[in-house]
Amino acid sequence: MSGKILTANRVNDGDVVFFTSDHQWSLRISDALFAEDEAVLELLEDQLRLAETGTEVTDAYVFDAEKFDGVLRPRHIRERIRTLGPTVRADLGKQSNGTGGAFSAVS
Amino acid sequence: MYRYDEFDHRFVRERVGQFRDQVERRLGGELSEAEFKPLRLMNGVYLQLHAYMLRVAIPYGTLSSAQMRRLAEIADTYDKGYAHFTTRQNVQYNWPKLKDMPDLLDDLADVEMHAIQTSGNCIRNVTTDQWAGVAADEVADPRPVCELLRQWSSLHPEFSFLPRKFKIAVTGAPRDRAAVAVHDIGLRMHVNADGARGWEVLAGGGQGRTPMIAITVREFLPEAELLGYLEAVMRVYNLHGRRDNKYKARIKILVHELGADAFRAQVEAEYAKLGSPTVDVEQRELERISAYFAPPVYDELDETCVPFELAKNENREFAWWVKSNVSAHKVSGYAIVNISLKPTGGIPGDATSQQMFVVADLAEQYSHAEIRVTHRQNLVLPDVRLSDLYTLWIELNSAELATANVGLIGDIVACPGLDYCALATARSIPIAQDVSERFEDLKRQHDIGSLTINISGCINACGHHHVGHIGILGLDKKGEEFYQITLGGSSDENASIGTILGPGFAGDQVADAIETIVETYLGLRADDEPFIETYRRVGAKPFKEALYETA
Ligand code: SF4
Repeated sequence: MSGKILTANRVNDGDVVFFTSDHQWSLRISDALFAEDEAVLELLEDQLRLAETGTEVTDAYVFDAEKFDGVLRPRHIRERIRTLGPTVRADLGKQSNGTGGAFSAVS
Repeated sequence: MYRYDEFDHRFVRERVGQFRDQVERRLGGELSEAEFKPLRLMNGVYLQLHAYMLRVAIPYGTLSSAQMRRLAEIADTYDKGYAHFTTRQNVQYNWPKLKDMPDLLDDLADVEMHAIQTSGNCIRNVTTDQWAGVAADEVADPRPVCELLRQWSSLHPEFSFLPRKFKIAVTGAPRDRAAVAVHDIGLRMHVNADGARGWEVLAGGGQGRTPMIAITVREFLPEAELLGYLEAVMRVYNLHGRRDNKYKARIKILVHELGADAFRAQVEAEYAKLGSPTVDVEQRELERISAYFAPPVYDELDETCVPFELAKNENREFAWWVKSNVSAHKVSGYAIVNISLKPTGGIPGDATSQQMFVVADLAEQYSHAEIRVTHRQNLVLPDVRLSDLYTLWIELNSAELATANVGLIGDIVACPGLDYCALATARSIPIAQDVSERFEDLKRQHDIGSLTINISGCINACGHHHVGHIGILGLDKKGEEFYQITLGGSSDENASIGTILGPGFAGDQVADAIETIVETYLGLRADDEPFIETYRRVGAKPFKEALYETA
């Protein structure tokens, strides 16, 4: 199944965050609100506009994602790396502290 | 080394103070991102793929041990225990938090460092030969002029709102190690028939999406006329440079569109109008600055050092390291030591804080407490006695800093690429790692000889792929990474832009392709002919045939 996810960076530390169904920002993609239809996508776009003027996050945008066996993952390698951390340093980024995702960046 | 004067100190501290206030207002919600972004960029703070990134300037690539130590402490305190040395003689931290940034910048200011002019449409950190002041082939130390240019450009209001960013590189030696022909302005020191020193002024070089080799605007400009003349160049650029289109705004486009002759004529006309007003002031200022770059006191040593020669004979690995990583010093009995930040399979330009501490200590012990950063992402200890080389090598070895591959195929330049960079279209580091592992055998590397591989993760060319003997550019084709290979680039005194060989390769085919290119070269080379010369002699055809024969 494919759909969209709203992401941003947290202002105070720069960490990558995802917009959740309870309208929070979470470090984990597994918490993300997955927009599979127009209505939810519109909600994400409203939130994107709100995020731009807010103080909590910055550089918000929506990316393409898919859901396999209940696991959410970005479609494009760029977003997968952003969700996990550098592929050349498994000890850094979300992949190193349990906030990553149950998928690989490159396959 | 140049010391800040009172004014510089105040300026940098004030900037940190202002930024502290701006960060607080951003965190408190008084400033929007639209308002804040230009402010953070002015202070070297970018937002990258995973986090903020801070780019710190290392003016003319020179660092003291104390500064290197502070950079290492910052890596430990505010980042994740490492730092990345870039192709512009800067250093980058990949994970600092915005809320910590003012403290971090204050810590930098303690050792006279800052992140100003590492971003935005201003004259960026001036770069130069990493062997400035010590190279055996040097006419004059280019660093006083770099410092003069830094002062001139950092305070000149006209230069903070240029059509685009502006990069200047300077070399004081005939062998160009500063890539001056691919900068907006390049300066080369020459001595004329009367023994007077002067600058060859180049303009309009650059990389990025439209790579170009600079034209020579003036063959020989008397040394003290430099600022006046550059002022004329900047005026022509400011007047005619295109501000309507980001991709056409660099000076190279202007030089190209006007044509070399017309551009030269305009600069000379503008210069005539100025009437070289600054010469006397400039001469005095240059002398003042030069005093800070006075060479250290060297011991009087013999040209040869017997224990050193013996060690080379007895230890093959040491001999290899000397061959590739040690260069001729202008003072007898001394050598320049190049420290490779390219261990096999490593990340080009990355150093752990531990390694940075080690380098700071070793510089203190063996090299007048001075370190250089190269645009090929390596480090240099500029002033080492021949008699200390063996001990130094042992110590470098135990910190994994003695890879004997400087200037060889394992000494790969790679930008951060898609592993870190928000603008990237593909990863560069894993490609560098693959190729370096493929050519792990040092004997083979030394047999192949001088060869540069440069890798960029997008068309912006921070990895200088256009001027690598072999260039690799990572692109995105329908969501998949693929890599374009160019041959024949060079950034030295015979600079050239590489030519695309043919269709690109998937990431896991790149190392094979490089191997095919290298084997083809080995089959074609005459005696000790370096790769680039063989390529220039035979052209791209045999390489194309070898690469695409089965396709
Ligand atoms: S070349 Fe592109 S990918 Fe590499 S650092 Fe520069 S902008 Fe980023």
